[in-house]
Amino acid sequence: MTAQSNADTAQPKSRPGPSITHLRLENGMDVVVIPDRRAPVVTHMVWYRNGAADDPPLKSGIAHFLEHLMFKGTKRHPQGEFSQLVADLGGQENAFTGHDYTAYFQRVPREHLATVMEYETDRMTNLVLTDEVVTPERDVVLEERRMRTDSDPSAELSEAVQSALFAHHPYGTPIIGWEHEIETLGREDALAYYQRFYTPENAILVVAGDVEPQDVERLARETYGMVPARGAAPERRRPQEPVSRAHRLVTLADPKVEQATLERVYIVPSVRTAAPGESEALEVMAHLLGGGQTSALYKRLVLDRKLAVGAGAYYLGSSLDATRLWVYGVPAPGVSLQDFDAAIDAALAEFIDTRPSEKDFVRAKTRLVADAVYAQDSQVALARWYGAALATGETIEEVTGWANRIEAVTIDDVVGVARKWLDKRRAVTGFLQPEAQA
Amino acid sequence: MSDLFPIPEISRAATVQTIRSPGGVEAWLVEDYAVPLVAAQFAFRGGASQDAASAPGLATLLAGLLDEGAGPYDSAGFHEAIDDLAVHMHFSADRDYAAGHFQTLSKNLDAAFELMRLAVCEARLEQASIERVTAQLVASLRRELKDPDAVASRTFRAAAFANHPYGRATRGEIETMPALTRASLLDMRDRMFARDNLIVAVVGAIDAATLGAQLDRVFGALPEKSRLDPVAPVEIGGLGSRIVATVDVPQATIRFGRAGLDRNDPDFVAGIVVNHILGGGAFTARLFREVREKRGLAYSVYSHLQNYDRAAMLLGGTSTKNERAAESLAVIEEQIRDLAENGPTEDELAKARKFLIGSYALRFDTSTKIAGNLLHLQLEGRTPSYLDDRNRLVAAVTLDDAKRAARRLFGDGELLVTVAGKPVGM
Repeated sequence: MTAQSNADTAQPKSRPGPSITHLRLENGMDVVVIPDRRAPVVTHMVWYRNGAADDPPLKSGIAHFLEHLMFKGTKRHPQGEFSQLVADLGGQENAFTGHDYTAYFQRVPREHLATVMEYETDRMTNLVLTDEVVTPERDVVLEERRMRTDSDPSAELSEAVQSALFAHHPYGTPIIGWEHEIETLGREDALAYYQRFYTPENAILVVAGDVEPQDVERLARETYGMVPARGAAPERRRPQEPVSRAHRLVTLADPKVEQATLERVYIVPSVRTAAPGESEALEVMAHLLGGGQTSALYKRLVLDRKLAVGAGAYYLGSSLDATRLWVYGVPAPGVSLQDFDAAIDAALAEFIDTRPSEKDFVRAKTRLVADAVYAQDSQVALARWYGAALATGETIEEVTGWANRIEAVTIDDVVGVARKWLDKRRAVTGFLQPEAQA
Repeated sequence: MSDLFPIPEISRAATVQTIRSPGGVEAWLVEDYAVPLVAAQFAFRGGASQDAASAPGLATLLAGLLDEGAGPYDSAGFHEAIDDLAVHMHFSADRDYAAGHFQTLSKNLDAAFELMRLAVCEARLEQASIERVTAQLVASLRRELKDPDAVASRTFRAAAFANHPYGRATRGEIETMPALTRASLLDMRDRMFARDNLIVAVVGAIDAATLGAQLDRVFGALPEKSRLDPVAPVEIGGLGSRIVATVDVPQATIRFGRAGLDRNDPDFVAGIVVNHILGGGAFTARLFREVREKRGLAYSVYSHLQNYDRAAMLLGGTSTKNERAAESLAVIEEQIRDLAENGPTEDELAKARKFLIGSYALRFDTSTKIAGNLLHLQLEGRTPSYLDDRNRLVAAVTLDDAKRAARRLFGDGELLVTVAGKPVGM
């Protein structure tokens, strides 16, 4: 078994922060170790480079459903045994599914790392599913959907906005799936999906905590390293979104809505798809536009024109394919959504045409760079940051160099991306409105 | 029993310094230089329990205004000053206290504490800011007016604590919020922000002497004595009733509860163990297994012990499709009855103790979480030694203790139940 260590190149010497170890097992599984020696605790995560956007046609929700079913046990460790083990250790466990990844984690005292690695390795290949456990779990997922989406008009609107935004790319399908397709998912679907995606080449181990990198490496070889290689990771080819030429308006009016709100979502490049520096410029631009109460939108719409009680924007950089920038607002009493929408258009036009002041620009970068320091306070946050980045095709060097690249963004870069990407033809606007206004 | 559970030799209590500044402000401090950050949390006892019956939401509004302009800064200027330093600062009000949450890079320590002083001592509370923040709070209340979770909770609170401050809406009511005045905000600040009801916890890259000087800067000028209205102790009411609030959604959101155990009750720790067995936050709890895993009735089902200063409750909830709401509730009630009559098994008890002992460490893994826990221990009237005693107390819970606590906690099984949705057969 050979392993490459990139530890020395991962960290620019000038920056504080943990020194990250990254290596790859012979069977293709990535291993990342993040030291955090403040407590005798370890966070153990396995990320798979597949998520809801990899669901096969007619099987929306299968990535998320399988995530639930991964707790149903194996031949060696029947249902409940892994969870009971983690509970006996006083640990925490859970899992989550995104459009680009699925991840499982446990947090346990450091001396039990080897045990959770052994269990997680076991369920990478030995999952046992019977209809007896699959059927009630499908009901659980349907209840999850009812709870998160179907009982909440604002969640229903967001779902409708996303599906309008992506005419072709599977980011338009909700992670949890469409109800009528979840209802048809069964044991065979789950196993077929599991066999296709749950392979060492497709997996990333992230361990953060009070551990020595060489110990994690040894344990990884003894556990995950024993899983036979399949030859190659599954190919990640999704239908790509064509250039959008038409702005779309989605309206949801419901008697349960008492407060109107507006969201507008633009398709923009992600860290992975952007030209060099463009994603970082989008990050700074989104912060200047809508990050908190010093932002352009808040000042213009809430403080100056008093047309809104709240307004902001944010950018989701970590994404395998082209991603999204959100603009949102809550209109002041008596302001119709139509007038509010026009006011947002005007505020955006002004933002695009006005060069940010040096002071505002420096402030935005200061806040973003500080967030990278604040993240070091939480080993879970760090583990999630690195895991999500690697699962969406970024490298360790790209993550550790993020703050330096933010520092390098210029005002011209920000002006450039605002002009280029805040193009309404690439956006969907969603109105959530009380029924009386409809 | 305690020999079955090796207690770690590391003393968490020993990491806590109880300091007293030159000016007499007390705080709990954990020095830690691993990350160049300082987290501070503080609280003034009082909170929303001090809102007048006719003016709920006043404490929340006051908390929301502290960073909306202070000293030389107007609202925009103050937020710019906060962002220039990349400080995290926000304020909130709970039923029994108003709290400040604060985090800074250690290189900006001095300037950041000055901003905290301005917020605590010199918030302007200008009329324009009052109107703006009120409008924001009203908008958030409107957004959740027909949200099933919020409806079930609101209905529960009103039925459980009728005619008591705990029955009021901490974040106010849409109808009465706009009538709150600057004079009432100033009065509440004068009554609540005082040295004798201040609690402080700090974690991070700061030593006791430096912190002492900063505490004197931020809190030194506050009046010595608070003037709080007494809050009467109260028992949860409405047991045995089921209240349905109709919301047109496919799912019924259920809240249930009954009396809990006082924090100082000798059976309190046994109560924590028994609640963990019923509905604690692990995939091994009875409610998780019976409601979710076996029957697929719900995604989320839980119970916990909720203690306010003047009330103790067992609270729980779930969300299940309308057609199966009655079944879900029946399963929950059966588990509660069974635990009341038979108590947990020795095996359940052993597993719960193990979980609670082992998981305590995970509450202390970030500086903000440590500061939050140290703040709450002080609010509960504990000393730092509780950080070590707590696991010993859990380890010492016997099966007899657990059965007695289960009988007291679950008693006759009578619950107050509120439901938001369109439940069938309830």
